[in-house]
Formats: sequence, structure tokens, C-alpha cells
Amino acid sequence: MNTIPLEFYLILSAILFSIGTVGVLTRRNAIVVFMSIELMLNSVNLTFVSFSAFLGDVAGQIFVFFIMAIAAGEATIGLAIVLALFRQKQTVYVDEANSLKW
Amino acid sequence: MVEFGNLISNLQSSLNFFLPELVLVITLLTLIVVDLLFRKIRFINAYVSIFGFVVSGLLLLFQTREGVGFLGSFVSDNFSFFFKIIILLTNILIVLMSFESKELIEKGGNLGEFYTFLVGMSFGMFLVTGATNLILIYLAIETMSISSYILSGYTKEIRRASEASLKYVIFGAISSGLMIYGISLLFGQTGTLNLYEIKNFLAINKVDTFPFFVSTMLILAGFAYKISAVPFHFWTPDVYEGAPITITAYLSVASKAAGFAALLRFLKLALSLHTETVDSIWTMVSSIDWTLVIAVLSVLTMTLGNIVALWQNNLKRLLAYSSIAHAGYILMGVAVLNDTGTASVLVYFFMYLLMNIGAFICVMLVSNEIGSEDIKDFEGLGYRSPLIATLFSVLLFSLIGLPPTAGFIAKFYIFAAVLDAGLIWLAVVGVINSVISLYYYVKIMRNMFIRGIDKDKSTIRVAPVNQIIVFILAALTLLFGIYFSPIINWANASASILVWK
Repeated sequence: MNTIPLEFYLILSAILFSIGTVGVLTRRNAIVVFMSIELMLNSVNLTFVSFSAFLGDVAGQIFVFFIMAIAAGEATIGLAIVLALFRQKQTVYVDEANSLKW
Repeated sequence: MVEFGNLISNLQSSLNFFLPELVLVITLLTLIVVDLLFRKIRFINAYVSIFGFVVSGLLLLFQTREGVGFLGSFVSDNFSFFFKIIILLTNILIVLMSFESKELIEKGGNLGEFYTFLVGMSFGMFLVTGATNLILIYLAIETMSISSYILSGYTKEIRRASEASLKYVIFGAISSGLMIYGISLLFGQTGTLNLYEIKNFLAINKVDTFPFFVSTMLILAGFAYKISAVPFHFWTPDVYEGAPITITAYLSVASKAAGFAALLRFLKLALSLHTETVDSIWTMVSSIDWTLVIAVLSVLTMTLGNIVALWQNNLKRLLAYSSIAHAGYILMGVAVLNDTGTASVLVYFFMYLLMNIGAFICVMLVSNEIGSEDIKDFEGLGYRSPLIATLFSVLLFSLIGLPPTAGFIAKFYIFAAVLDAGLIWLAVVGVINSVISLYYYVKIMRNMFIRGIDKDKSTIRVAPVNQIIVFILAALTLLFGIYFSPIINWANASASILVWK
């Protein structure tokens, strides 16, 4: 039944997590940054679900629900703040929001 | 599986020591209703939230402090009690501070959201101090983070506020992402999310060092973000400068306190073996040298904070770097990994609460009048408002850690704990850092008293209520610098983290 070994899931989620992290660190557009953050969180979800199935423990899947809910909340707040910034600066580029420095 | 009947009875018995948190939730809901119904009454929300904090504090004083509840995911012990008191005191001071905050009053209205999120954030912090399950730790940290994202961008008319809050959200999301990735890996290795069970598993079974190291370091990243430790400090100066000053003061004390509470609990419950005989010295489960890891983190944090603070011109930003440096000093107390170190962390937090909030109130009062937080504009303050300038200097002396102030006692106990554990190099770095910090704190005092004598001579008027609050805080700073034994005793009694019986 379970033909795909656990490692494959873990490697996939590690790759997704790395892509998300790199995206957050390098992208300038705030919307894309938030998309990358979603990718990070969803790769965590994948890890949890696969461990949960592998260990036969539902705690991991419960955690996934919480992560989804928090991710939705975080994205909402994030987009609201991007909107507030856009109203003042007419930009969604993170590096143009630079009035605060060292 | 747990039987349904047992579940209900567990829930009922758990509620007994969950009352302070419940009061906060009720306050939050009441605030929303009150804000809708009584818009006309000025400051009604502030009074309601102070009432809620006081009731919650009273319930906290009389509750049992020896309980594990909600199926082992939330505990009530002396350790969390200490932090909850610190969080409540900070909350009350911040609400008092908000009465006079010009930037908040200019926003108009009754500031309903401000107090609602403040109460929501303190609820999250209460949960953080008592959480023993990784799900609850994550949820509680997010509860306080999401409220603080909103609060830091609260005055959105000011351009830098929304910028600060955007940076805060992005850094927050990254570090919480790292943290839950670490939690997921730890879950995969141990098969449980409960801190006690993780420890029990690690005590019996052997895990590979490398994945274990990676997962715990990722979890530490989440805590490091909350306590603004290097390299997760980038948000701190921006958010502290851009946010309303009330929130800056709040984040610098309460948010840090919650972060340290969770960090200490995680280290003690999940990563150390506790035996009955020598419980005060923590034996760590794995072969990783945690003392070294945290000591390095501490050295980086305090050195960066102090050195970058040297060339700051904005007082809020300077105090942000100073708070990073203080997080570094407190991490020294964590690094020794025993109950003496924990007690010194608790002492430090109590003293830090008094002096840091006091300093922020001084900055707020002056910047309300002169409309600037620039150090240059503080020139001649000693002649324009001698009382505030003197009290501010007392608080700054305490932040430096000079006797006979509370800051000295706090630092003294941290250094004593570090030397006691034989980490002499760490103590030396700490002392060097304290000397560096002297420069930028004294720079403020020099501007207030020596420079700008012939500048603007108009007196700065400060409402008497505020003078009294700052006076009390400065007086307590001096008092606890001389008569400190009650705080030390209380901290020593609170240092033992409840171990599963």
C-alpha cells in the first residue's frame, strides 16, 4: 500500500521549504513575499502530515489545521498592511519602503 | 485514548487555574461591546482594560500554582506566575501611559482596537508562559505576534508605522515558519508534541545528533525572534522606531518576558533530564553543548546591540538597540542552564520592567512637547524640565547598571550566576559590553545637562500625574537597588519550573 517511502516526502518538503525561504529573502514584491511564506508553511504541513501518517499519530494532522488557520490570519494581516503601505507610497516593493535605516 | 468522561473532568479541573486567562478573554470581549455602546465616554476602554488586568491579577494571586491541566498542555506554576505578574504590571503601566500619548490621542476616537489588541496580546503571553505543548506554544506565540503586528502599525497616518509593521510581519512569518519546521522535524524524531514526553523519549531512546540539532536550532530561531536575539533582531530597531511609543515600551518588556519564559521552559522541560536529587542543575539530554550555543548567541546579541547603539540619533531607536543588548545580558543567565541562572533572569526582568518602561515614559513625555525623539532635541532638557531630566538620568544610570540602582543588582546576579557556573570568559564579555553601553547612555545625559544651556529656555510642562508615575518608577529603581532581598527571594522561589509529578 504505502509504496512511496517517507524520505521522499521529507525531501520534497525540504526542497519546498528552501524555495520558500529563498523567495522571502530575495523577492522585492511584498505580494510574492507573502506567497513564498505560504509555501514555507505548506511545506511544514507536508512534513507534519507525512510524519503523522508514518507514525500513526494524529497530533501532526491536528497541528496542520492550526497552521492553516494561523497562515490565513497572518496573510490577512500582511495584506492589510501592504494595502496601508500602498495608500501612502503607491508601491508594493519591499525595498522602496526604506525610510527606516540603521 | 482518553475516555470522554475523563476528558470533561480533566477540563473542569483545569479551569480552576485558568481563571486569570479567562478573565482576560472576557475583558477582550467586553471591550469590543463597550467600544460599540459607549463611544461618548472618554477613556472608557482604558478603564475597562485596567479593571480586567486588576481582576486577573487578583485571581492570579489566589490560584493554585501546582497544576498540570488540559491533558498536560498547560501548567500553572511559580515560574509562570512570576512572568504573568511582570506582564500584568507592564500592561497596567502601558495603559496608564496611553492616557497621555499624543500620537494615540491625535488619532482620535476611543482607541477601542488599541486596548482590545493589548488585552489579546497579553492573553497570548499568559499562554506562552504556561504552555508545555508545542502546538500551544506555537499558537500562543502567534496570538501575541498577530496582535503586535497590528499594534505596531496602529498609527497608520504616520508613514513609517506601516513600513515598520510590514517588516515586522515578514520577519515574524519567516521565523515562525522556521520554528514550526523545527517542531515538525522534532515531532518526526520523537513522535510527540508534549514537552514532557519529548524529554522522556529522549531520555530512553537515542536520536541522531544532526537532525536533532537542526530541529532544536530551528525552534530556538522562533524564540530568538521574540527576544530579538542576533541574528533575528533585524525587525527590532525598525519596529521600535516606527511603532507608537506605548507599543515600543510594551514590546521591549512584556514580549521579551514571554519569549524568555517559553525558551527557559523548552530548555528545561524538553531538553534536560530532571532527577530528584540535583534538580537545580540541569543535565541536558543530548550531546549538544547548549551552554556554548546560548552563550555564543548571548555574546553576539549584546555586542551587536551595544556597538550599533553607539551611533544612533533617534532615542527610540537607541533604546531599541539597548533592549537588544539587555536581551544579550539576560541570555547569559539562560546560558548557565541551572536554577540559579533562571532566578537571575527573573530578577533581571523585574528590574528591567521598572527602568525600561520608566525611560520610555520619559521619552514619550518629552517628545509629546517637543515633537521629536532626536537626541539633539533633548539638549538643554535639564534646564527646561529639571525634574523629568533628573528622573530620566536615574533610569539611565539603572540601565547602565551602576550602583545603587536596581540595574546594578540585576546585572550583579546575572554575573554571579555566570561566574558560579565557571563561564569566566562570558562574564568578561558582559562587563566589557556594560562599559561600552556607558558611552551612549551618558551621551543622552550630556545632551540634557551640559549642552544647549543657551538654547530654548521655555519650560516643558508635564501633567502632574505623569510626573508621579515616573517619580514612582525612578524611586522604585533606587529602592530596589538598596533593598532588594524581597525580589531575590521571590525569584529564587519561582525559579523551579514545574516538573511532571
